[in-house]
Amino acid sequence: MPLTIKQKLLLTKMLLGAILMVPLGMLITGFFTDNLGANPVEKMTHVTGDWALRILLISLAVTPMQRLFKWRKIILYRRLLGLLAFFYALLHFSVYLIFDQELNFADTLTDIKKRPYILLGTIALGLMIPLALTSTDRMIRRLGAKKWKKIHKSVYLVCLLAITHYWWLVKADISLPAFYLLIFSSLMVLRLNATRKSHKDAPAKTPPQ
Amino acid sequence: MLIKIRDHCAATEQEITPKELYLNRREIIAGASSAAIGIGTAAITMPFEAPEARAAKATKIFESVTRNSAFDVKEKLTPEKDVTSYNNFYEFGTDKEDPKRLSAGFHTKPWKLIIEGECDKPASIELDDFIKPQKLEERIYRLRCVEAWSMVIPWIGFPLADVIKAAKPNSKAKYVAFTTLQNQEQMPGQKHPILDWPYREGLRLDEALHPLTFLAVGLYGEVLPNQNGAPLRLVVPWKYGFKSIKSIVKISFTSTQPKTTWNMMAPEEYGFYSNVNPKVDHPRWTQARERRIGELFKRDTLMFNGYEQVASLYQGMDLKKDY
Repeated sequence: MPLTIKQKLLLTKMLLGAILMVPLGMLITGFFTDNLGANPVEKMTHVTGDWALRILLISLAVTPMQRLFKWRKIILYRRLLGLLAFFYALLHFSVYLIFDQELNFADTLTDIKKRPYILLGTIALGLMIPLALTSTDRMIRRLGAKKWKKIHKSVYLVCLLAITHYWWLVKADISLPAFYLLIFSSLMVLRLNATRKSHKDAPAKTPPQ
Repeated sequence: MLIKIRDHCAATEQEITPKELYLNRREIIAGASSAAIGIGTAAITMPFEAPEARAAKATKIFESVTRNSAFDVKEKLTPEKDVTSYNNFYEFGTDKEDPKRLSAGFHTKPWKLIIEGECDKPASIELDDFIKPQKLEERIYRLRCVEAWSMVIPWIGFPLADVIKAAKPNSKAKYVAFTTLQNQEQMPGQKHPILDWPYREGLRLDEALHPLTFLAVGLYGEVLPNQNGAPLRLVVPWKYGFKSIKSIVKISFTSTQPKTTWNMMAPEEYGFYSNVNPKVDHPRWTQARERRIGELFKRDTLMFNGYEQVASLYQGMDLKKDY
């Protein structure tokens, strides 16, 4: 029996989800088999943070790719990507909370206030919460496409904060955060170009009063 | 009592003895004899091995090196595999796992060491000749990295003070400056201008003369692995790890405070002194606690990394200002 379009979509989504769970799976097996190197906590922090940022960047690439490759259906995977990025960011924060702060919330608050890069990371995570909460079909309908879009524009800020958070904590070798910033800026340029073009193509609006 | 089995490939005692076992035994021997003689140092010998076999392996493993129990921290040693696979040595890459991989072909022979500057006995000497007259000893030191992790390492080497005294610094000498090898071919990390190569470090003369300040040529009973700063590195246990410069080619006596690499890179983050101090945070992270490699949770960082005996060097100084 051939699969319906809906079933196919579900299957590919599950596949994508499974692939992006591989880093987590490797961390978990590595943790229990003592294979995370000399400093497992640092490894967990780095891997979860890296993947949160990478998946976030992939999710931001969806719309430009849709335009560039005329790949309409790719948009159907954007929500999953966004949620996975949030999931990894949450894991990243949890590692910090559990192993660095030992769940001492008062200390954590002091630390967040005192360290700019941790503050930026925390703000980025905080800004992702409303995006995750309003990601359901029901919320999109309730808010209306226009309002929903407006809320979800903050994802650009989240990404920029995340890159800055990373940039700020490295000691000397900024090549990786710089690489992420380059990707982010390229995606932004692609977006702006597309917006400008669509404005040009759009019929003239009524002049402002 | 170990039962010795000689098999067809004639493995020597040390090769077939697991490192842990061999170290345990060394500790027992060290403890027993130091108690018996009642002095700070104790001879550690490998009682089962013929002297010829020892000589044959002299370049690989340090034999009959004494552990100086006056400098034993009595804490669990960090496993050798962690000490030799988790390294900050940007000359061989910025990831912790890079140095082990990228330093595999590093040539430490021949190696010329230059001693120069404000001293009466400058020298340009082949490293083997430099090390030969030194009285090697083993010391177990804590190592506290500025990144808030730490290890406990059994080093083999000799006090820097011995070298300084032999060089006879003159009255103008106030500081000792150290330089790492610069060689892009051999140190691929130097192809990238991440730091201002060559790596440079320095100590005030009295810090350099302190009995704790050590020049290491080995660890865990073996010749210093490349990733740990072969063939000659500094170990200053009360300062953050980056002060303990690796792969030294030059030691010079200066009248003014020498430029040091991390201080040049970010002076507000890395001071010239860089003493371990739980009360003075790095601008971007706390130094109050540290993660001992091998442990999941953090522990409190100790003032001067637990080496309170150096406090007198800094009397009258504001360590918040002179961090």
